Amino acid sequence: MSDTSSPTGQAFPDRGIPTSLNTLYQEVILDHYRRPRNTGALEGATHTITMNNPLCGDVIELQLEIEEGLIREARFVGRGCSISLASASMMTGRLKERTLDDARDLALKFTRLLHGEESLLDDGDLGDLRALAGVSKFPVRIKCALLGWNCLEELVGDAGEETSSATASTDTS
Amino acid sequence: MNSTPTLSNTRSTSVSDPEELDTAAIRALFPILYRSVHGYPLVYLDNAASSQRPQRVIDRISHYYQEEHANVHRGVHELSTEATAAYEEARTTIAEHIGAPDRSEIVFTRGTTESINLVAGSWGPDHLRAGDEIVLTKMEHHSNIVPWQLLAERRAAVLRFVDVTPDGRLDLDDLDRLLGPRTRLVGVTHVSNSLGTINPIAEIARRAHDVGALVLVDGAQAAPHLRVDMGALGCDFYAFSAHKMCGPTGIGALWARRALLENMPPYQGGGEMISEVRLDGSSWAEVPHKFEAGTPNIAGVVGFGEAVDFLNDVGFDAILSHERALTTYALERLRSVPALRLYGPREDRVSVFSFTYGDIHPHDLSTILDQRGIAIRAGHHCNQPLMDHMGVAATARASLYLYNTREEIDALIDGLAMAAEVFGGVS
Repeated sequence: MSDTSSPTGQAFPDRGIPTSLNTLYQEVILDHYRRPRNTGALEGATHTITMNNPLCGDVIELQLEIEEGLIREARFVGRGCSISLASASMMTGRLKERTLDDARDLALKFTRLLHGEESLLDDGDLGDLRALAGVSKFPVRIKCALLGWNCLEELVGDAGEETSSATASTDTS
Repeated sequence: MNSTPTLSNTRSTSVSDPEELDTAAIRALFPILYRSVHGYPLVYLDNAASSQRPQRVIDRISHYYQEEHANVHRGVHELSTEATAAYEEARTTIAEHIGAPDRSEIVFTRGTTESINLVAGSWGPDHLRAGDEIVLTKMEHHSNIVPWQLLAERRAAVLRFVDVTPDGRLDLDDLDRLLGPRTRLVGVTHVSNSLGTINPIAEIARRAHDVGALVLVDGAQAAPHLRVDMGALGCDFYAFSAHKMCGPTGIGALWARRALLENMPPYQGGGEMISEVRLDGSSWAEVPHKFEAGTPNIAGVVGFGEAVDFLNDVGFDAILSHERALTTYALERLRSVPALRLYGPREDRVSVFSFTYGDIHPHDLSTILDQRGIAIRAGHHCNQPLMDHMGVAATARASLYLYNTREEIDALIDGLAMAAEVFGGVS
């Protein structure tokens, strides 16, 4: 499906798929959208949050099992577009055995990637998530890609404060 | 403005044959339709959210600011007189357009949303006691739900919602079940902004009046596409906006029966709406000025009147028959697309098409179509209760107006094929 775009990413045939779209909808993203990883209920969840995007109605619930400052397990349940679900799916895959600080760093790096910081394309720590770099060309979709990460930042913030390990549930934007 | 030759020239660009609209001539009147988006000609299919405006509406607003502006209803000088005349002339134009028996029954507001809030805020508190009921429908736009929720909370009133049938119509049997001695008001949309359904307002009003309830109609999606006649509809309040019918944003109107307006307290206080102000109390201006506190959106009102004149000059019959033909064509083309699911009725509908396409989320679809210059809406369309009822989180929505063409529908269908290709097929 990427045959119609020129290798330089410039001109595209009149009726073909614009390069920007092939960059946005890479196969790995569509694969995570159609076969999301790490979904379903997490029995040992210590932290849970649901967030939505009121503009489009996308919803993601993120569940983390955090033990002594370490993320043991991450799962999500979501309803939304390919970008929000693929992003959440890839994110959960890269959280296991990370410290809270480490997870926060990853979120920061991912946000910078979405804002077009090209040097991060060489950052192996981001792994598959680098496939979402194309979102930077679609500013209105950055919110989609960040929905799961907003959940993460809330939960990591809560866990960091160690206010309680009880299940939190809010519904904010 | 009748003294300005350039404007009277643009006024004469009417299309005479009522049977068929000369779409090329119509399109030539809308400057924005000449622009391209991402290298493709703009295909604007988001008219239910907001329409575009013709040059003459833009010119009329410019002309107002260049030649006529002063505050209205205040000065005795020439400009104030001209501005007041232009403002009040627009009120007459709009009143006549919707068949209002009395031009003073038109209250200018910021739009449909404010019109509904005006009724909820002014009429509501005096007429609702604890336990009284307001009947709405599951098809309502958020703007015809939330003002009533706010009111119901303040007055301990009860909201009830008429069900929607699987083919996207109001269930009138359910309406009969919900109407009762405590029903004070029925709030219903004339045309669904998601499904395009035209609701039988006259019939609903008859049933509501039988139990002594008033009827408020959200006309935002109907006024641009249907001939609306306050006499024939039989409702008590009708709310609509200019920007969906080729007029400016931030301006709309509330029509209400004069007797109702006279008995309603002011919605906002300020200048313009008073008769006399003393430190120990004030008295109110006559209807409709009682509801138009502060310096109004004069340019908006003047542009609104021009938009209504424009639509009438083109000819509402021609617009309606053009839209009907486009609707038939669009339904035929959309139904031929495998894995595309259309919502809404087949008949008694306007040219608003909500659909889902395989497992491609409407947001992704909108992003992909946008790269071809095609503007559609994706999301819940301020219709979350309806979306919940239909069991979908979001739909894609294409909505047409007088300047749209068959070729643009073809472009949409081609765009869908490209979306399927981007997603490696749909299922």
